[in-house]
Amino acid sequence: MRILFSKPKALSSISTHYCPGCGHGIIHRIIAEVIDELPQDQKIIGVAPVGCSVFIYDYFNFDFVAAAHGRAPAVATGVKRSIRDALVFSYQGDGDIAAIGTSEIIHAAARGESFTAIFVNNGVYAMTGGQMAPTSIPGQITVSSPYGRDPKIQGYHIKLCEMLEPLDGVAFIARTSIHNIKNIEMTKKIIRKAFDIQINELGFSIIEILSNCPTNWGMTPIKSMKRIEEEVIKYYPLGIFKDKGGDIK
Amino acid sequence: MKMLVKGNEAIAEAAIRAGCDCFFGYPITPQTELLQYMAKKLLRSNKVFVQAESEVGAINMAYGASSCGKRVMTSSSGPGISLKQEGISYLAGAELPCVIVNVMRGGPGLGNINVAQSDYFQAVKGGGHGDYKVITLAPNSVQEAVHLTYLAFDLADKYRNPTMILLDGMLGQMMEAVEFEDISYKEYNKDFAVTGDRNKEKRITNSLYIIPEELENHNIKLNKKYEIIKENEVLFEEYQINDAEIIFVAFGTCARIVKSAVKKLRLNGIKVGLFRPITLWPFPEKQLEEYSLNDKVKMFIDVEFNMGQMLEDVKIAIGKRKNIYFIGRTGGMIPSVDDIVEKVGELVEKGVENIV
Ligand code: SF4
Repeated sequence: MRILFSKPKALSSISTHYCPGCGHGIIHRIIAEVIDELPQDQKIIGVAPVGCSVFIYDYFNFDFVAAAHGRAPAVATGVKRSIRDALVFSYQGDGDIAAIGTSEIIHAAARGESFTAIFVNNGVYAMTGGQMAPTSIPGQITVSSPYGRDPKIQGYHIKLCEMLEPLDGVAFIARTSIHNIKNIEMTKKIIRKAFDIQINELGFSIIEILSNCPTNWGMTPIKSMKRIEEEVIKYYPLGIFKDKGGDIK
Repeated sequence: MKMLVKGNEAIAEAAIRAGCDCFFGYPITPQTELLQYMAKKLLRSNKVFVQAESEVGAINMAYGASSCGKRVMTSSSGPGISLKQEGISYLAGAELPCVIVNVMRGGPGLGNINVAQSDYFQAVKGGGHGDYKVITLAPNSVQEAVHLTYLAFDLADKYRNPTMILLDGMLGQMMEAVEFEDISYKEYNKDFAVTGDRNKEKRITNSLYIIPEELENHNIKLNKKYEIIKENEVLFEEYQINDAEIIFVAFGTCARIVKSAVKKLRLNGIKVGLFRPITLWPFPEKQLEEYSLNDKVKMFIDVEFNMGQMLEDVKIAIGKRKNIYFIGRTGGMIPSVDDIVEKVGELVEKGVENIV
């Protein structure tokens, strides 16, 4: 029998608590596939966030350190500086990284900490029930912006990639999406690239992944993917903003 | 060989000798020399030194490094310790060792940078969210600060619990002759620590217990640990206390002033003694309680550089059995030896409990 499709080794057998159609599941799988491609003796430590992905440490088969809300970049700094030969990545949502933890992410980036931040941007505080996030786009209706985000009242959305790009400590920064197969494959390549940047000790790396939250967006999974394509990308253009990696594959 | 060293620098040197692998700090008066000393020493070794973006950053870096099994220290003063409380709660919840130094200043708010003992509550009553305890050590000399730094690392590892060294700015800034003995510290088995090694069993450091029964069990387990600490780790000093009719209770630098007052009062024939808690948590409650049951003892006088914070614990230990008086100055003001002597004179004169 030829096995055509199986669960990556880096993923555990525990079923996730994510809602059906949620992007977290896709992103976990991509990360696991990339990790499966690395040598088995490559040490790996994940830093878990607070938010919908708070149980991420249960879903992977390697060590994790669970951080307080927003503090994953500081925790990852302590971890990476303690174990230099480990591949360290943090996993954070938008409220976590772009509101309460803005200070931690900016300074980890500026110091050029040698870890990879994986930033899942779905434009809402999902676990607490869909409140407006720092990344909610103008006009977006949420439970705490019931009339739509009005920049005159609630201010503008934060574009983290554009903010971090000028910092010298940043070696690699990109924004991708998972709204279709092509972009899922691109996201996988970009994560691999970011990990290689880290393994080669070139500096800080971060990937912002545009994701969905069908539950709090009040949409079917398919409609939510369409929304990313048609509305969200307008505010968050995809691409590699900086790449000091050059030729490394 | 004795060396003349500032309190802050002595703690830093003692930490390095105690095997501190990582230091994460942020400047704040009056602890900054500690950070500077660590920068000078650790940046030229294969150890970790990071000047963080904030106290919040520093304590979370400490959390990360402790998760990896490192011996970790961070230091600050009151306003910065307030910011660290979030991280201290997570360290306690995840049962991670970490040594935290608080070189106290005056509060509340920005207060001032002068001598104070205003963070007693914050240290011993939690300060962060949740049911937890921080082992709190209060040195009263630079030499004792060195010993308690060695001890702090040991206790932190032994109990997998954050441990605080609590001193006031005077001790932090003061130079005294100290001896750094070559210590050999005990290495604890850190089988909780993440390594990243995928060929070993998976490890997680975490303080989340989403199921109520599990969190309750975790809290019960933590509490059992705290009971063991209370049973085994209480430290205190007694001075001229055997025949004392008046017992002073004071900690840290304040206790040194009180000691001088004891000497002076003894010369006047007044039988006074000093009880100095060295561990503020666990508080030497039983020992104080015993003195309160002693018929010879007429009263207790608690002296602090605050409005009466340790006083609450003294009251719990002594109950209604004896009168308790309080002498306190705050805001950077300190009671003089004569202030204390005078106050005792007044109490004696008033005939409170027929002293002498
Ligand atoms: S609430 Fe949204 S982000 Fe959270 S698991 Fe459900 S779909 Fe995913």
